[in-house]
Amino acid sequence: MSEDRMLDVRDVTLRFGGVTALDGVSFHIDRGEILGLIGPNGAGKTTCFNVMTGVYQPTSGSVVFDGRKLGRRKKHQITRLGIARTFQNIRLFPEMTALENVMVGADARHRTSVLSALFRLPRHRREEREGRERALALLDLVGVAHRAEETARNLPYGDQRRLEIARALATGPKLLCLDEPAAGFNPAEKAKLLELIRRIRDDGYTVLLIEHDMRLVMGVTDRIVVLEFGKKIAEGAPAEIRDNPAVIAAYLGVPEDAA
Amino acid sequence: MQFLLDNFWDLSVTGLTQGAIYALIALGYTLVYGVLRLINFAHSEVFVTGTFASIFVLHAFGLGSDDPVPSAGMVVLYIAAAAVGAMVASAATALVVERVAYRPLRRRNAPPLVFLISAIGASFAISEAFGVLVDRNNVRVPNLIEPQTQFHLFGASVNNRQLLIVAAAIVMMLCLDQFIRRTRLGRGIRAVSQDPDSAALMGVNKDRVIALTFILGGLMAGGAAVLYDLQFGVTRFNAGFVLGIKAFTAAVLGGIGNLRGALLGGLLLGLMENYGSAIIGSEWRDVVAFVFLIVVLMFRPTGILGESLGKARA
Amino acid sequence: MTISDRLGLADRLRALDDRRVQLVTRPRQWWNGLPKPVQWVAFGAFAVLLVLLPILDPPILSTPDSDFPTVLFIVGVYCLAALGLNIVVGLAGLLDLGYVGFYAVGAYSVAVFGSPSSQLATAYPWLVCVPIAIALAMVAGVVLGAPTLRLRGDYLAIVTLGFGEIVRLTALNSGVLGGAAGISDVPAPPGELADGSRLFGVIDAKPYYWLALGLIFVIVAASRNLERSRVGRAWLAIREDEDAAELMGVPTFKFKLWAFAMGAAVGGLAGAVFAGQQGFINPESFIIQLSILFLAAVVVGGAGNRLGVVVGAILVAYLPERFRELAEYRILVFGLALIVMSVFRPQGLLPSRRRAVELAARQDQVEAGVNV
Repeated sequence: MSEDRMLDVRDVTLRFGGVTALDGVSFHIDRGEILGLIGPNGAGKTTCFNVMTGVYQPTSGSVVFDGRKLGRRKKHQITRLGIARTFQNIRLFPEMTALENVMVGADARHRTSVLSALFRLPRHRREEREGRERALALLDLVGVAHRAEETARNLPYGDQRRLEIARALATGPKLLCLDEPAAGFNPAEKAKLLELIRRIRDDGYTVLLIEHDMRLVMGVTDRIVVLEFGKKIAEGAPAEIRDNPAVIAAYLGVPEDAA
Repeated sequence: MQFLLDNFWDLSVTGLTQGAIYALIALGYTLVYGVLRLINFAHSEVFVTGTFASIFVLHAFGLGSDDPVPSAGMVVLYIAAAAVGAMVASAATALVVERVAYRPLRRRNAPPLVFLISAIGASFAISEAFGVLVDRNNVRVPNLIEPQTQFHLFGASVNNRQLLIVAAAIVMMLCLDQFIRRTRLGRGIRAVSQDPDSAALMGVNKDRVIALTFILGGLMAGGAAVLYDLQFGVTRFNAGFVLGIKAFTAAVLGGIGNLRGALLGGLLLGLMENYGSAIIGSEWRDVVAFVFLIVVLMFRPTGILGESLGKARA
Repeated sequence: MTISDRLGLADRLRALDDRRVQLVTRPRQWWNGLPKPVQWVAFGAFAVLLVLLPILDPPILSTPDSDFPTVLFIVGVYCLAALGLNIVVGLAGLLDLGYVGFYAVGAYSVAVFGSPSSQLATAYPWLVCVPIAIALAMVAGVVLGAPTLRLRGDYLAIVTLGFGEIVRLTALNSGVLGGAAGISDVPAPPGELADGSRLFGVIDAKPYYWLALGLIFVIVAASRNLERSRVGRAWLAIREDEDAAELMGVPTFKFKLWAFAMGAAVGGLAGAVFAGQQGFINPESFIIQLSILFLAAVVVGGAGNRLGVVVGAILVAYLPERFRELAEYRILVFGLALIVMSVFRPQGLLPSRRRAVELAARQDQVEAGVNV
């Protein structure tokens, strides 16, 4: 059973001063599954990502990834362990080209030192070539290959979102966390994105998907965790979640006791 | 060390006097940083303009550098006139710098580094203009105050000049504080500091608020300039450089963007400099100041009081 | 003015800017299109021209009021320093206002370890002193950077400014470093002419210029290698969005420290070369205004663009020497020029390589009929 566990969030609480952003949240992700993390605005979904990627330290509780506690690891160390993410408000490197953005991600797996880059030693040259090829392949996967040489700032909105996915994949993650990747997409784009997510999963990645739009999540996830006001209020297969009264109440804004 | 203990209160009094001048100049850095998030590198020259303007005013009254101290009534008049002259000149300089070196860049959304270069250009140009004007000589200030000990504080003598400087600085800072807290214009400054975009949506005219901020900073620097003239009796075209760095250090020390931080930082810097140079020698005064800054920032990365005029933007 | 008018204006401005980029890009494309051997020959010819510059002493370029080779040498030193600072400011985006501190560490290292009049027992030759200078400058970079690189931009600026002053004041106030009088008899690089006189003498600055020129080529090549590697990408990513870079697996602190160390090393080298040519140094040569001139060189040319930085350094160092007859006004004019440049050319004189590549890509698409 624990062999199949990719990520285990155990009773995580996070407080900022008097505000409790996450309140005893526990859930897990199995290897190879697509887990949806949903909830109304301000439910703590992105905060959850931030705890998993080391942006915040939980006040109590722990996160175990691939059998190892994250503990006080730095953000870049967690990325190298194998968690990669995208951002709700796109955070590419705007003045770098699309290709360079993805290569920054690929560099997370590279080991060349400053000195071997300075003297262009063979290992550096080999890693450069491999990184470049991998980045181009990923750009092709997300459909931005034809704009590889354009600066990220000038890419159309949708390409920027897809480029973020390519950059995250380039870090060679075991778990890919997508934070509202379909925000601002029209139905056709959403459909293409779902297909992309499925393909990513079929390539062997585990995916955690934050999405605001419930209908969209239903179509692609294996399991769903629902947060509201920093607490987990439901967990289960999409069909169960759809009929869960607490979830419906949360989305319609009906107070829980009335539901 | 013994020297420090023996002269602790004397050193404190001179340190506070010095610190009051730092604090007044620091306010200009902090105000501009609050609304624009950039170092107004030319602020040191806003200050220098004041030091020259007050001397020119005194010369216009027919006072020469070697004349004896005039009668008490006339001294008050002269100082008031010099202060008005310096404050107007400094505020005008600040406004010109904003118009010429900053506003066009804001319109073009230039990267922050370019603002700095433009400010450095303005700083060089103003300072050199004075250099050319006075042949790069020191310019002496007419005698206005003969230092006389007024009373003793814990055994330290306090003279009339020190009293005037500290009192004037405190009055100016109180006025500024009240202005920003109580008036409509002051609210505009606070609004822009906290959230420029919402402030614009709420109908605050950002350009006017920025201009006002530069004027306020200029007024404070002008006041500081008169006090500086009284304290040191001489100015130079490049006098602003070191003083500007110190004042900026004071602003950062207290937490840049934070008005009370500027006051606290200025006074602390003045004190530490005096204590430090008493221990290891006055030639190390500036080194003490900078090392103090580095140590404080290592433990409090946003200064002692933090950035509070507007909350720090991530 | 209606909104559509405004839009029209924006388009025109954009078209104008594209034209400027083309002006730089076309020659670049043309150059890249040339066959490799032609490139090498042309490059060689240009290099030879640079080498011969002090001998040709061309009438318009020549400086009537000061020794032309010396001016060229000083320009070279500025180029070196600006190339080093470009790593810190242009690539990694760390605002360093105290770069002169590293330059001073380099110069003083050569003086203290090499001069027979320093208090050190042994006077080492120049060639031994230079590696020491570079190493000490790097150490200074790490010592300054380790505690302060976690600070945000403007705080870092004032801390580095303070560092520059600390270095100068330490030199001014300590006996080992010669105090205000400075240190004389700084060793020169080795080498003798056929007649037995020193190659790097006091009178003729030409060999020093050639030395500086050679070092510029080396540093340009080295920083080019760095920029086109994961190191350079990490620096750019940090400059663009430090948190995102960290989350993409970039150990930001480590690479910021490397940027500081590399920048410091080049600054130390520039200082060491400068001290050798002067033969005498004192704290006057390392005032904080020099940091600001270096920074101006980086930004004027276009931060992050090596060629631009070299052009910027040439402007900053050469123009004041060329127009010495206006000595009284030259810094005044320089200050005004900085404002004018910032207002009208905020991206620097030369557009970045990226900007050019992008425009080229856009043109290709237009030619290929892709709707952009």
